[in-house]
Amino acid sequence: MMEWLTMPQWSPYVAGAGIGLLSCLTFLLSDKPLGCSTAFARSSGMIEKLLRGRQVADKPYYQQVEPVVDWQWMLVVGVVLGAFLSAMLSGQFELVLVPSRWATAFGTGSLVRLVTAFVGGVFLGFGARWAGGCTSGHGISGTLQLALSSWLAVVCFFVGGVAAAMLLFHVIAG
Amino acid sequence: MLKGLHSRRKAQLFIGFLAGIAFGFLLQKGGVTRYDVIIAQLLLEDWTVLQVMLSAVAVGMVGVHLLHSLGLAKLHPKTGSLGATALGGLIFGVGFGLLGYCPGTVAGAVGNGYLDALAGGVVGTVVGAGMFAAWFPKLQASILRKGEFGDVTLPQLLKVRAWVVVVPAAAFLVGLLALIDLLGG
Repeated sequence: MMEWLTMPQWSPYVAGAGIGLLSCLTFLLSDKPLGCSTAFARSSGMIEKLLRGRQVADKPYYQQVEPVVDWQWMLVVGVVLGAFLSAMLSGQFELVLVPSRWATAFGTGSLVRLVTAFVGGVFLGFGARWAGGCTSGHGISGTLQLALSSWLAVVCFFVGGVAAAMLLFHVIAG
Repeated sequence: MLKGLHSRRKAQLFIGFLAGIAFGFLLQKGGVTRYDVIIAQLLLEDWTVLQVMLSAVAVGMVGVHLLHSLGLAKLHPKTGSLGATALGGLIFGVGFGLLGYCPGTVAGAVGNGYLDALAGGVVGTVVGAGMFAAWFPKLQASILRKGEFGDVTLPQLLKVRAWVVVVPAAAFLVGLLALIDLLGG
């Protein structure tokens, strides 16, 4: 058992099947599909509320997505901790500012990486709320429910993602 | 359905937290909390991300529909439209490619020690979601509802029972995984 927990990586099929079983558990125990991006919208609302006061909650979007700590917000906090535990157990935890694949194409300068990551994050958060879900909410939970919206969304996620990555690594980096 | 448990707010927050720990653990063990793995998938050089996702969907699809057939779970398909789902999906994809993480794996990457995920990714994602909230009324009035198709599922669209789609779809996903493996994923 311990060896299993300290392995650096599992077969992707085993990790994936585990996520599939976890989805079943959350439907059973919480009546909730796994999802992550709404938690980021709730966080932006909570931060805006701290800075600009209560009237932020009157914004039409925050009437639908209340800026409060909910089940999914706790899930995302748990994801950070779970990944940390797994990385620590296998000795893979490592503070990295510029990932190696990025560094081979664009150099080790941290500012360029951070700015690109930030801009990417803005598109990601904006697009996730525009599409009503992310790689987990649409890509896993929605497709497993055979929702038409989710199958369309996940195809668009990867079309956009492949296009942006190819442009970045094969055109801009040359 | 475990309605009593579903309505206990504090217990639910705790279950959400535990489920998150399991999710983060599985993402890290699957290798997908690492930038190099995700970007290699988007560059079509490595297939780990799809192997994890398709396995999750195949197992979850059968399991959740089993729970549904037994009356133990409700389905929650999301509504969609061409304006919201397709366009939003493409915008999301551009962010996915630039950042190299998605909202779940960016949280996992933070736990794995990636500072670009924390200082760039998480901050950017929160800002992007806040920008969407600010523009929501205008977008809602213009583009989000173009080509609406609602929360329809594939079995409803084909007018058949869920299992008529679940079984071949799960088999198709397993076949796809075998094909990826064969082609050297």
